[in-house]
Amino acid sequence: MQRTVEHASSAFPTLLDSDAVATQSGSSKIATIRETVGTPFVDNPRMTCRGVEVYYGEKRAINNLSIDIANNEVLAMIGPSGCGKSTFLRCLNRMNDTIASCTVKGNIQLDGTDIYHPSVDVVPLRAKVGMVFQKPNPFPKSIYDNVAYGPKIHGLTSTKIELDEIIETSLMKAGLWDEVKDRLQDPGTGLSGGQQQRLCIARAIAVSPEVILMDEPCSALDPIATAKIEELIAELRTQFSIVIVTHAMQQAARVSQRTAYFHLGDLIEVGATEKVFTNPLHQLTEDYITGRFG
Amino acid sequence: MKNPLEPTPQVCKRYRTEKAFKRLGLSAIVMSLCFVFFLFYTIIADGYSAFTQTYIQIEVSFDETFFRGANISNANFPALVKRSMGKIFPGVTGRKDTKMLSSIVSPAAAYTLQNLVETNPKLIGTTKFIWVLADDDVDMFFKGKTVTNVAESNRRLKDKQLTWLDQLVSEGKLERRFNKTFFTSGDSREPELAGILGAATGSLLTLFITLSLSFPIGVATAVYLEEFAPANHWTDIIEVNINNLAAVPSIIFGLLGLAIFINFWGLPRSTPIVGGLVLTLMTLPTIIIASRASLKSVPPSIREAALGIGASKLQTITHHVLPLALPGMLTGTIIGMAQALGETAPLLMIGMVAFIADVPGTFTDPSAVLPVQIYLWADSPERAFSEKTSAAIMILLAFLIAMNSIAVFLRKRFETKW
Ligand SMILES: Nc1ncnc2c1ncn2[C@@H]1O[C@H](COP(=O)(O)OP(=O)(O)O)[C@@H](O)[C@H]1O
Ligand SMILES: [Mg+2]
Repeated sequence: MQRTVEHASSAFPTLLDSDAVATQSGSSKIATIRETVGTPFVDNPRMTCRGVEVYYGEKRAINNLSIDIANNEVLAMIGPSGCGKSTFLRCLNRMNDTIASCTVKGNIQLDGTDIYHPSVDVVPLRAKVGMVFQKPNPFPKSIYDNVAYGPKIHGLTSTKIELDEIIETSLMKAGLWDEVKDRLQDPGTGLSGGQQQRLCIARAIAVSPEVILMDEPCSALDPIATAKIEELIAELRTQFSIVIVTHAMQQAARVSQRTAYFHLGDLIEVGATEKVFTNPLHQLTEDYITGRFG
Repeated sequence: MKNPLEPTPQVCKRYRTEKAFKRLGLSAIVMSLCFVFFLFYTIIADGYSAFTQTYIQIEVSFDETFFRGANISNANFPALVKRSMGKIFPGVTGRKDTKMLSSIVSPAAAYTLQNLVETNPKLIGTTKFIWVLADDDVDMFFKGKTVTNVAESNRRLKDKQLTWLDQLVSEGKLERRFNKTFFTSGDSREPELAGILGAATGSLLTLFITLSLSFPIGVATAVYLEEFAPANHWTDIIEVNINNLAAVPSIIFGLLGLAIFINFWGLPRSTPIVGGLVLTLMTLPTIIIASRASLKSVPPSIREAALGIGASKLQTITHHVLPLALPGMLTGTIIGMAQALGETAPLLMIGMVAFIADVPGTFTDPSAVLPVQIYLWADSPERAFSEKTSAAIMILLAFLIAMNSIAVFLRKRFETKW
């Protein structure tokens, strides 16, 4: 299971046709095609997305997008704002269901199950695919209750001792245990911004998800809190698949194994992070990472 | 050199406007405070005396001869009172004078004696000093609420009666005491016997019905409209209509209640149950609108957090949204209840304006409510009812203040900080 992404991508064909490969060998980049270039597909994926299209009413926010999410990888999604990163992320745990005008087409699977199939219930799905939001949003309850809420509603524990254990391990994994172990009954909203965000991460991992979605989790935090979260993400990768949206390219470079570049609703390029940042295949990607727009 | 930080003429002008604006606001507040104080002053100055009552001490000898009959209640208690008064003023003779003499004590004195004897028959054969209620004219005279500088024929109390009263005062047989009757009895044609308990109980029973119907229905409606209702024409129509209902004159709800609850359902008139139902209709729009506003003000991030961790919609609402919205909902409900407490017009339509002397015991007993009682007393010709009116207003205000304090307390209790 601990297959590296580079290995996976080399073993699998990419969407690149031979013409594109030919252009790539020269100094000039692919500039015209809007099909995804790079290595969107991996061996033995956790989630697969095929031909995903998302509409807000009549307006299309995502065009024909296909990508895989591997086990134990951090997939970073970058791109100018309004290009559909959050929209796509919210498809992965069906948070878009809460927006009445939003329709999702195409096929998204988690462990081989179509998550938009009529027989699928969003409650277990969201237990498997957790989410951390841009603004830390702990419940206005105690630290303990914040983490305990998920296990409680999903009936994961029957005894107080088990629950205490889950809370301790979750807070431990979120790197927050030492800071809050003496004040678990204090309100979660009384913590600092960075602590609150780690509390939200602890809350998400308390229900033992398989995938954690993070939508710009550090954009409201200071650099030190950001560094802590990034460290945490690196540790969490050993247990979970993580999809992170970020507008800070350095962050994507630091935490992720693969990076996906979005542009106006299109998934332009997916590849090993190092490769995307040093030698992108697509002209748009290069323009973005060199700061020509964004 | 000129100081560059010195205020320019424009800046000075801006400060002047600001000051004028502040002064305007302050004077508005002072003015409204003055009105409020004036209102409270007039009500309290007029009404505080209703909490005391003039009593006269008489010496009653419960002769056996009076209680010959098998039934104590058949005895002639008014005659007993008359005789006791005669004992204090032996010089008073003649039909007209004795009648004038006995009219300075209230007709209620006879009931007082009857009660005493009925609860304690051993009194028969003894002689006791007993304080009985003075007549309302006497009461008004001692409270300084009658005009004395007019011709005797235009006065309620004649010169002879005044001299008798002077004598009673000098003998220490006339006293102002706390008016327990006011808090323990229902309405009466005799001002000295009229009390607020009937109306207060009626108000409580009515408000109980109103609260226990309008709060759950209002909150459920608000939650449905805000969280579950599909965004379509029907929802829009319902929303517009609820907003319109909030602006409908309350008397219309009274007519509706008359037509539906009394004529169609056949519920008894003048009762708290019908009053409560009518006031429920009236307060529902207020509660729904306030509840929706407070549901709207719950930050969406909390909903997202709950949904994101796999809570169902209902769990999200009951575990997270409702607790946060509850303080606002309670505020709206209390405002609605306060409105209902002070409402008269719709209750007139369903017959709650009748004269009812008994204190209601159940929801289907005929009863009055506080504002209607105020209206009835204000409409009574007896001078003594005017202070009762003010006293009843004070009770109503006390109810309102109590309700508002409960609201503040509950809001503090349920408020969650973030
Ligand atoms: N709730 C919504 N209703 C309608 N349009 C939306 C909504 N959310 C996002 N959009 C539109 O979808 C596009 C993608 O938005 P988003 O996914 O938030 O972009 P990103 O997260 O990459 O900045 C934008 O054009 C935005 O205006
Ligand atoms: Mg976004």
